[in-house]
Amino acid sequence: MANHSPLRFKNRVFYTLVAAGGLVVLMGLYAAHMMEGHGHIITGMNNQIVWGMPHVFAIFLIVSASGVLNVSSIGSVFNKPAYKARAPLAGLLSIAMLAGGLTVLMLDLGRPDRIIVAMTRFNPTSVFAWNIFLYSGMFSAVALYLWTMMEKRMNPWSKPAGLLVFVWRFVLTTGTGVIFSFLVARQAYGTAILPPMFIVMSFAWGMAVFHVAQSSIYEWNEKLLDPYVQKRMKNLMGVLVIAALYFVAAYHLTNLYFARQTGFERFILLDGGVYPLVFWIGYFLLGNLLPLLLIYHPALGKSKSILFASLLIILGGFCFLYVFIIGGQAFPLSIFPGYQVTSSFGDGAIGLYQPSLPEIMLGMGGVGIAFLITTIGVRVLDFVPHELPKSA
Amino acid sequence: MSDTNEISNTSEQRRQFLKTSVGAAAVAIAPGMLMFDMAHGKSEAVSGKVRWGMLINTANCEDCDKCVKACNKENGLSGGLSPTDSQWVRKVELKDMRTGRSLALPMMCQHCAEPPCVDVCPTGASFKRADGIVLVDKHICIGCRYCMMACPYKARSFVHEPLHDQKPDVPRGKGVVESCTMCVQRIDKGLQPACAEACPNKSILFGNLNDPDSEISNKMRTQASTQVRADLGLDTGLRYQGI
Repeated sequence: MANHSPLRFKNRVFYTLVAAGGLVVLMGLYAAHMMEGHGHIITGMNNQIVWGMPHVFAIFLIVSASGVLNVSSIGSVFNKPAYKARAPLAGLLSIAMLAGGLTVLMLDLGRPDRIIVAMTRFNPTSVFAWNIFLYSGMFSAVALYLWTMMEKRMNPWSKPAGLLVFVWRFVLTTGTGVIFSFLVARQAYGTAILPPMFIVMSFAWGMAVFHVAQSSIYEWNEKLLDPYVQKRMKNLMGVLVIAALYFVAAYHLTNLYFARQTGFERFILLDGGVYPLVFWIGYFLLGNLLPLLLIYHPALGKSKSILFASLLIILGGFCFLYVFIIGGQAFPLSIFPGYQVTSSFGDGAIGLYQPSLPEIMLGMGGVGIAFLITTIGVRVLDFVPHELPKSA
Repeated sequence: MSDTNEISNTSEQRRQFLKTSVGAAAVAIAPGMLMFDMAHGKSEAVSGKVRWGMLINTANCEDCDKCVKACNKENGLSGGLSPTDSQWVRKVELKDMRTGRSLALPMMCQHCAEPPCVDVCPTGASFKRADGIVLVDKHICIGCRYCMMACPYKARSFVHEPLHDQKPDVPRGKGVVESCTMCVQRIDKGLQPACAEACPNKSILFGNLNDPDSEISNKMRTQASTQVRADLGLDTGLRYQGI
């Protein structure tokens, strides 16, 4: 019989983690305060690279917040008990990362004090306005789902609630991909492949985040993960990483085929300085090949190497978003096709971007918020998976 | 009898008091009303019967930046050229990669009929006036910069630093996005945009695209002109000749 009493972190570990997380959050808030006072001049962002490090962090957190719910969807919608036992933890992680990501996005605004304006004035044609509904709806849907799972009386409703979350997360990640799909004139964006690509990436990144959280919680509680469950989850993670890689390959190959896009692909994949480097070394090698080796190599695939693979997949996610968001803006807009263009406003020139400490601190603050919510949630409520005697 | 006298005295005083009060109120309010009228200029609303536009002849565009300087002066821009400084109008130098032909032109907000910036703005701060001028409401903009991502012409700037000594007619603010307003404050007074007025060769022709008898409409009917990135189908209010 498995131990059904909620596992609790040992006090000292818990308070150390809360203090560390709190410190990171405070640093993030301080960075936001600095940006509020001095303006975005203290960040690396400018009139060409208008979205920078905060957006890399925020989009990673939001996309992973949807992806981490794989675990609950497989449990509730597809009835797999091994995953069902983990659904509450997945729900908590989702809410935590969503909160972290949205806080970063909000504090990066030029006028974060006007957030009430964003809540009260909706432009129906704006994807950003839709996303305000999608994100707040996601909070409610996941909270409802957690309630149906954790309150015994509500258990019969957990399947429909799980289905609601399943549908909502698809729409939410589509909404995030569409932010870029709807940009008509940017060569890196403006393609319908982006929403499905973001959905599949969210699967892979979410599994990796879930794995890191689960391993850490088990480690700190001196609990061992059932090898059968571990094997199933690592195989699923491997398949999702390959699927995400497929979408990225299709995206770049399509661009390479169009003559008007080859200049952009050359820049991102070959001669764009830091961007090809981050793409090939950070995303492709460290974020995909190495994790796949760690997952599938017969001599590896044990818990340590899966944890390492998960951390690498997360690193790969950040690298991908850095190249996609910042590299995508660094390449100049094609305003006058066929002409060589120069101006005082950076027309025809590669945009320069140097991430600054405040914007990295702000992004890290979002990660800190997610970490803090998870740590406290696991401590005060019963979120740790209860293994059934025979998982199937 | 004395009672009646007292009553009529009292009503006389009351009447006097009311007269004085009304007079004092009028004196107090009148300057405010006058100022209100002055501040608002013409009282009629902007009409959709007008569509303001510009026709830019690149053949006459000289090696000068008088339009840029006039814009900066009119709108209180610093004129700084760093990547974080606002540039509402910029001179772009073009060289045809096949033929080597070179030309220059002023580039700014193209005041599209289907503006992508207005579509993506979450709060509706980016908007198009009835007369076709695309503007940012500085009180509603939250500074998300999505419009800058969406603009195909790189026409928008984000205010990266606190501002001082602004022009009363041109509200600007740290943390919000801004771009060419076609000098809306001048148009509403019946004047031309500053750039059009400053161009020594009259290369920038400003006028009403909806009026078939306007100079700009006549010229566009008889001479070839193009929209920048016409393939995007945005129906720009600015047209160029010679590209």
